[in-house]
Amino acid sequence: MNVQPKTVDAGSRKRKLLPLMGNEAIARAAWEAGVKVASAYPGTPSTEILESLAKYPAADIDAEWAVNEKVSVDIAIGAALEGVRAMASMKHVGLNVAADSIMSQSYIGAHGGLVVIVCDDPGIHSSQNEQDTRLFSRFANIPVLEPSDAQEAYEMTKLAFDISEEFDTPVIVRSTTRLSHTRSVVAVGERVTPKPKGFVDSSTKTVTIPANARRLHPKVIEREAKLAAYLETSPLTRWEKGDPKFGIVTGSISYLYVKEVVPNASILKLGASHPLPGETIRAFAKSVDRLLVVEELEPVLEKEIKAMGIACEGKAFFPRLGELSPELVRAGLAKAGLIEAAPPARAIDIEPMARPPVLCPGCPHTSTYVALRGLETRVAGDIGCYTLAAVEPLKSMDTAVCMGASIANAVGMWKAGTEKKPIVATIGDSTFLHSGIPPLIDAVYNKANITIVILDNGITAMTGGQDHPGTGKTLRGAPTFKVDYETMCRAAGVEWVRKIDPYEVGRLYQTLREAIVHKGVAVVIASRPCVLDPVKIKGTPLTIAKDGCIACQSCMNLGCPSLTWADEMHEGRHKIKIDETSCIGCTLCAQVCPTDCIQPVTP
Amino acid sequence: MSSPVKSKGARPKTKAGSDTAAEPAGEPVKPARAGGNILIVGVGGQGVLMIAKVVALLAQKQGYQVKQSEVHGMAKRGGIVFSHVRYGPEVWSPTIVKGEADALIALEWAEGLRWLDHLKHEGVFIADTRRIVPPFACRSRKAGAPINYAKETPADIVSRVADGFALDASTIAEGFGDARAANTVLLGVLSASLAYPEADWLEVIEASVPPKSRDINRNAFAAGREWALAARANPTLRFDSSITSYEAPAGLLQPKITLEINAAWCKGCDICVKLCPERCLALNAEQVAVLKSPDACTGCHICEWLCPDFAISIRTSHPEPVTA
Ligand SMILES: Cc1ncc(C[n+]2csc(CCOP(=O)(O)OP(=O)(O)O)c2C)c(N)n1
Ligand code: SF4
Ligand code: SF4
Repeated sequence: MNVQPKTVDAGSRKRKLLPLMGNEAIARAAWEAGVKVASAYPGTPSTEILESLAKYPAADIDAEWAVNEKVSVDIAIGAALEGVRAMASMKHVGLNVAADSIMSQSYIGAHGGLVVIVCDDPGIHSSQNEQDTRLFSRFANIPVLEPSDAQEAYEMTKLAFDISEEFDTPVIVRSTTRLSHTRSVVAVGERVTPKPKGFVDSSTKTVTIPANARRLHPKVIEREAKLAAYLETSPLTRWEKGDPKFGIVTGSISYLYVKEVVPNASILKLGASHPLPGETIRAFAKSVDRLLVVEELEPVLEKEIKAMGIACEGKAFFPRLGELSPELVRAGLAKAGLIEAAPPARAIDIEPMARPPVLCPGCPHTSTYVALRGLETRVAGDIGCYTLAAVEPLKSMDTAVCMGASIANAVGMWKAGTEKKPIVATIGDSTFLHSGIPPLIDAVYNKANITIVILDNGITAMTGGQDHPGTGKTLRGAPTFKVDYETMCRAAGVEWVRKIDPYEVGRLYQTLREAIVHKGVAVVIASRPCVLDPVKIKGTPLTIAKDGCIACQSCMNLGCPSLTWADEMHEGRHKIKIDETSCIGCTLCAQVCPTDCIQPVTP
Repeated sequence: MSSPVKSKGARPKTKAGSDTAAEPAGEPVKPARAGGNILIVGVGGQGVLMIAKVVALLAQKQGYQVKQSEVHGMAKRGGIVFSHVRYGPEVWSPTIVKGEADALIALEWAEGLRWLDHLKHEGVFIADTRRIVPPFACRSRKAGAPINYAKETPADIVSRVADGFALDASTIAEGFGDARAANTVLLGVLSASLAYPEADWLEVIEASVPPKSRDINRNAFAAGREWALAARANPTLRFDSSITSYEAPAGLLQPKITLEINAAWCKGCDICVKLCPERCLALNAEQVAVLKSPDACTGCHICEWLCPDFAISIRTSHPEPVTA
């Protein structure tokens, strides 16, 4: 096979060295590899990949936000079929949204080169689950490359395009939160512009009617075998000879933890965790007395190696949940009796204080949930900053399944026919565009009696403030058409639509009450920009007039982080004070204060 | 891991009041090992990542391999932020092993305490005494409930670690015109514990801050460094002794609350139910307000005041002092 990674040693001296985050290294590699079209929907920890790509010249690369992950993959597929290199990037759960496209595209191939970057989130730092993308690559019969650091992320992303073209397959490059967000120095290279191949022009291949699909499926299996053979000799598979007492099969960032703990061990580092180079693994197993598998999350390698009839141990010593660490690798190897356990950690006897994330001071989502709690509604929630309303003091969201689930969840709750409370779905603007429109159409079509609140803060806030079709701006900041939610809802058949400013608490209550009694689908569009993005909003802060506060705690029910307890008490309750540096002056607290003691700071 | 990096040139001079910045004779700052693990912690928006960037650039300048790793998914929403910076001739894991941090820098007091178990026995602990009390800490509505914030004082902690510094960096920075430069004050303190040339520090700091705040940051760095050198010479200066306790005021009164609803006067308007901050009222089947959760009632009088029909009366008395 002529697919060889261009290793760092080859003239690394002359190569430019840049301190890059894993995600930036991936973007750099994509640009250098001559990617023509890159599309993504934001999602932590993958977001910075497209954000960094947008910094490369527009003439080189078309980088855009797609409305969701499936759309991003379909766009990349279209470009690849036209014969140019294309890429989509997403967080692990985004792959579920894009799954249908990838499963079929596996049969069709890659033509111009198609790479999907997927960032997993072991430890669930900011996601709704910790699914392992390596399992998906097996499901889809496509290879998955697993870099361990930013340099490898750069090398492997470039190589992924070569493999994609050579084997005519989509390729997944799998990162994790830790790799995506670790910065280290990367030796980079120059951009090459591959010659466009032209349209694939082979409808027996690109149209997956049953007759074609039946012919394509065996080719997928053959391709997998060829890839496995390639990985036997590819530098992606690296055998580090060491002490033969035990050997470790590992890859991804787990490799770094292993090197940290046992730098001189025998290691078989798998740069691709699917398909597996069976012969190399067998030979490696023979060379050591005991074979261990160190992998984050699921026992994917372990089960497959065992299925090859090779004895190995893994999850007996290392956790299946959460992020790995040098500590856990050491503890596992010690449990296996192979190395000394770490000395007991220093006991510090300090109970850590809880500091859960909270909505920002002045967040436009706050009042909607205060009102929904007051109105005693059953709230089907969704994913975004507003999911933080599921906990005290807002505690008014009953469900949050995955992006776009809220509206159809509410339809189902209504159909169950047993709910006594009014049923409300709350969905962010970006989430609505991502996957809220088909369920909206469904709700009207199936005559559901629900209220839908579109929380229109004019940005994709949770992931750090990305544009979307409702902001009127593209990834590169160019003006474009701005979706109008009201028109869209009316086109779907919603007759009752109201647009309100969630900073007007009284009107908000009133509108929600009306929406709830309306028979059929009622939509409330709560519009007010996020206070962080696209511009940081800071108005005149408020302050609490001396002696006016009766410590009733009404304002504390907003959960605004600018409000805290003062040292003074009133009848055994803490009076409140406002942190003027962080208060943005939204006046929500003043509106709920029964004594009118919250007033703007006078200069 | 040997060859200590020596400080080039003369002893660093601080800009602000360089005459007072005397290094303790004989025992200068610790020689830097060939490599280090620096853990920087705080909450969203405090500039944790700026410190990490400066330390990473500085280490890179000394020719080390550097890995800087952070998790910042929830950072913007007031959550915990932390960044690991590891440097040395060869660095594998991007994360610092518990108990292996050479320095722990905390931009917020309780965050420093949270990560204390990551510090080496002989490691340096540098913390801003600034408290950012989360809404979560003000949640108990029981009469006299204390703020649920770390109780440990700077004096406690500095006496418990081998090499601790706790200062009000935010106020120092505010003196130069911007409390947000507290992170640079802490870098100044750190610089007194690592033997890298002051000029290198200043260069990387300048490269990491916006041009218009360069002066503020230069002053903040100098002030932190000067403070640390003085504190090294005189251990009583190592912590802010004005902060004695974070305990809630003692001797609070446990009120006795009686809430009476005159059912005959109540017309079921729902106002009290909707506006009770503790949500302890409800309308019963007869559409009359009732106290459904008496334990939650704090006796705040809101329902009494807002009832248009004067149907609610509340009496509060304070017989027994709360024992602290
Ligand atoms: C399938 C999928 N893609 C991406 C994400 C990451 N993600 C979480 S919330 C969110 C966007 C939320 O934006 P919006 O609905 O506008 O709410 P906001 O955060 O602005 O309040 C994204 C992209 C995800 N959880 N699932
Ligand atoms: S980032 Fe915006 S949407 Fe998110 S909590 Fe803050 S103000 Fe609210
Ligand atoms: S006005 Fe009140 S609710 Fe709004 S940010 Fe300031 S303290 Fe918070």
